[in-house]
Amino acid sequence: MSNVGSSKNTALVEEHVSLGAKMVDFAGWNMPLQYEGILQEFEYNRKTASLFDCSHMGEFFIEGTLTASGLSRIVTQKLTDMPVKTCRYGTMLNENGGTIDDLIVYKISEEKWMVVVNAANIDKDRRHFLAHLSKSSGFQDVSLQTAKLDLQGPMSREVLGRLVPGIQTLEYYGFDHFDLLGEKVIISRTGYTGELGYEIYFPWTKVKELWKEILKNDNVKPTGLGVRDVLRIEMCYPLYGHELEEIISPFDAGLKKFVDLSKDFIGKDGLLKREDSGLKRNLVCFASSNRRAPRAEHKLYSLDGYECGVVTSGTFSPALTCGIGIGLVREPLKAGDQIIFGDEKSKNSAVVVSRPFYKSGSLKN
Amino acid sequence: MEIIEHYLYTKEHEWINIEDNIGTIGITDYAQSALGDITFVELPSQDSEVEQFEEFVSVESVKAASDIFAPMSGRVIEVNSKLEENPGLINRYCYTKGWLVKIEITSMEETSNLMTAEEYESYLESIEQ
Repeated sequence: MSNVGSSKNTALVEEHVSLGAKMVDFAGWNMPLQYEGILQEFEYNRKTASLFDCSHMGEFFIEGTLTASGLSRIVTQKLTDMPVKTCRYGTMLNENGGTIDDLIVYKISEEKWMVVVNAANIDKDRRHFLAHLSKSSGFQDVSLQTAKLDLQGPMSREVLGRLVPGIQTLEYYGFDHFDLLGEKVIISRTGYTGELGYEIYFPWTKVKELWKEILKNDNVKPTGLGVRDVLRIEMCYPLYGHELEEIISPFDAGLKKFVDLSKDFIGKDGLLKREDSGLKRNLVCFASSNRRAPRAEHKLYSLDGYECGVVTSGTFSPALTCGIGIGLVREPLKAGDQIIFGDEKSKNSAVVVSRPFYKSGSLKN
Repeated sequence: MEIIEHYLYTKEHEWINIEDNIGTIGITDYAQSALGDITFVELPSQDSEVEQFEEFVSVESVKAASDIFAPMSGRVIEVNSKLEENPGLINRYCYTKGWLVKIEITSMEETSNLMTAEEYESYLESIEQ
């Protein structure tokens, strides 16, 4: 739990420590796991507003049109019909159809794009882009100059609106450039919690000022990676390294709608071949019959004891007051099916539920 | 970290409060703080026999599951059933309302394997470094 010597620090590490955060290594970064406690921070996010330091994530700029740059072939989602100032979630694949990363593409103009990727994957993602972008395109990795603050929660619009009046009209998965504390920055209406929220891309060297300014509002509290994981599991959002990996396809992970099969993209053949092979997996979301939580190291069993899959993520859900989990199973299951999760020591019953677990978020308010 | 003067402690951060031959058992302030918000507790059944330093309770926090070890051997005479609905009592009142189990102690000699409050305090200092 303590400071890990070799970890990188965001520009806000001193702020986190002075706020009493428990720090933890995440993807090589020294990050706040929690401040007051995960359950309290959960309340802040779901009821008022909460602020996450996500400066560890990666940001790339790509210059060139969709087809000339090669961007369209690198990512799986449909980009041709994207309006300027919108963003779209998707994945990029290896030749076998496994997932290199999941990412969000921002369309700044017909010839300029921003791609946001996971912290753990920045280096391999950069290599993949550089290997597959056309020579005429421009590529810039600005991850270490770009901090990112996620302001999330039902009151986030009101909170951010005081600093950025123009934010009121921003629609879900829309973004724009806004003036904020003397900087011209990208803010998108996106997030990872299931609540109304914004991601603010801000200069690394000045983000401390923004962090302090936002926290001056009593309706906002700092929240850590611990509660972030709980919130995203309640929404059944995948986390790379759990639901997604080099050996897991976006189809396995239930992300079919983020794959445009009408276009050509890297990994398409491999992806289609996987569907008919023994490698095929199916994402399942399940709720424990009690407060015991499934854990990523647990296995999944059918009622007759047959081992049918693995748990990829699990937590106690404060919204449902029971354990909840996401897993990958060989044969598809439907809502209402009974399953068992556990290890050699203990097993617990659970029921398959429809996605997401948490259905009353302010996400699209 | 709060430590109660007349309780005895283990290296795994359990405490036991002995009155006559009855021992009330719980986890220490250090343990509850390290675990974070506790969300589930699995307690042993009434009348089951527990052995010193063997796992006998399972505690889950939001992020992880942990085993709790019995500070002394004995027969379980009562479990804190309030924890079923309200496991957060352990975080708020780890030395009082958040107790786990009461046992009828088999052998008082086992106390020689435990630490006094003073010894536990030095132990915490040594592991904090």
